[in-house]
Amino acid sequence: MSVDLEAARDHTPPAPVPGRGIGPVRSLQAATAELSPRTAWAWLWPKVVAVGLVVAVWQIVFMSHWRPDYILPDPATVGHTFWDQVTGQRLWSSVETTMRRAITGYALAVLIGTLLGIAVVQWKVFRMGVGSLIAGMQTMPSISWFPLAVLLFGTTENAMLFVVILGAAPSIASGVISGIDEVPPPLLRAGKMLGASGVNRYRYVVLPAAMPAYVQGMKQGWAFAWRSLLAGELLVQVAAVTSIGGDLHLASNTGHADLVIALMVVILAIGMIVDGIFSYFTKRIRLRRGLTGAI
Amino acid sequence: MTTTGSTSHTATTSELAGPGAATAGPAITIRGVSKTFGRGHDLTSALHNVDLDVAEREFLCVVGASGCGKSTLLNLIAGLDTPTEGTIDTGGRKVAFMFQEATPFPWLTAGRNVDLALKLRGVTKAERKDRVEELLRLVHLGGRTNKRPHELSGGMRQRTALARVLAQDAQIVLMDEPFAALDAMTRDSMHDEIERIQQELDLTIVFVTHNVREAVRLSDRTVLFYSSPGRVKSQIDVPFDRPRSADDPDAAILSGELTDQLKAEVARHVR
Repeated sequence: MSVDLEAARDHTPPAPVPGRGIGPVRSLQAATAELSPRTAWAWLWPKVVAVGLVVAVWQIVFMSHWRPDYILPDPATVGHTFWDQVTGQRLWSSVETTMRRAITGYALAVLIGTLLGIAVVQWKVFRMGVGSLIAGMQTMPSISWFPLAVLLFGTTENAMLFVVILGAAPSIASGVISGIDEVPPPLLRAGKMLGASGVNRYRYVVLPAAMPAYVQGMKQGWAFAWRSLLAGELLVQVAAVTSIGGDLHLASNTGHADLVIALMVVILAIGMIVDGIFSYFTKRIRLRRGLTGAI
Repeated sequence: MTTTGSTSHTATTSELAGPGAATAGPAITIRGVSKTFGRGHDLTSALHNVDLDVAEREFLCVVGASGCGKSTLLNLIAGLDTPTEGTIDTGGRKVAFMFQEATPFPWLTAGRNVDLALKLRGVTKAERKDRVEELLRLVHLGGRTNKRPHELSGGMRQRTALARVLAQDAQIVLMDEPFAALDAMTRDSMHDEIERIQQELDLTIVFVTHNVREAVRLSDRTVLFYSSPGRVKSQIDVPFDRPRSADDPDAAILSGELTDQLKAEVARHVR
């Protein structure tokens, strides 16, 4: 009998293995354990294999001489050009221009989209007036705004900003609208009983509750902003300024296929980095609320 | 009726009740209150001509079948809705509301939820920290300050909601089936908790439930509601000493009597 008791006493629950917890705890641990070399490798190797496969297919197509070498260069040549660009001056000045446009345009889009979204939620007239228009704007390819933008602003920075804002703001506004519309009524009642009214109602109850949808809208807004901007840079070159889209246009026109592909890799990389940042925040917000379902 | 104005930062639990507890007369006076929803053919009468007084420091339970307007009554007392006819007077007392759904804000920790209630009342930051700890200890959630609602069990979430309600320093607390979604054992311990806290803080509580045993366990007086439209059917004093236990035989007998009344009322409706 005493043996059993001893055994029972020794039967303490096993210490939690990192990344092997239960439910939400597990995901939290997984999120915090990402820095250890082993998990980093587990995260990295599928990506390395995928990139390796793409490069291998590319190399095979190159070796088949499907297109002349100067039109489709091999991965090594592009890698070389890419390295030259990354270590040179011009690319970084272009990246700076493009990112400055993207960030300025996007920041303005966030501001305008958020205010527009709140206005639609707050005033019925606004909802009836522009509610469906916002949904419609999202379906509109933002590049179709460019001819008008050029007429209005000429080939200037403002034309770029105009299109970036028109591309991104509707997504952000609709993120705000769906976020606020879908705040669970019990939370609103609880907030009201706590005395959160007016600005406080938004600050402490409505906006935090709408945050997951808002961030989702911002993420989508970024994707639209980025696409609009690159399309715009390809179409419209502002005098005496280099940009990624402008360089791409130039490289294509002058037949530098290796540079075209290298710049595309840069565009892809920037897109992935920003997407990673958004994903991090979306994941964090969801984890903190225990929304571990579909991420 | 906001803060006690006490300069001491180590408020005792009795101070949490705030002033105004000594005012004479009923805490809540309900006179001729009716509430209808919709209009024309869709007109439904939720409450019809309800007269009810709730005394200072009374624990009143309202029992009735679903749809008897008991939740509507709480919303009216809370001022979340206005009566179609009649008046409700709480004599300027502060009213807090505890809902059935677990409503601690999911983006805040248990501590920050309680902290927000204090902040919205204008309590200073220095004072809030101690009060949050004190309130969480009061509902036996000490040490869970930094847990988020989804990391807590259903019972602990309702304890958080209770701590947040108490943080509002209200004299009147309205409770709309707050323990209905909890398992029986957790509910029993919440009953002990709420009874103790009501006594400690001298709260006036209006507690809505469809569970007769719960009403007999908790209340000083239980009001039975008719349904469609909601009216007061009968009032029963529940005279047992406190603290009570869940398995008092006298309480079981009274529960039986009330259940029979409630069943007769439900049967009347089915027919």
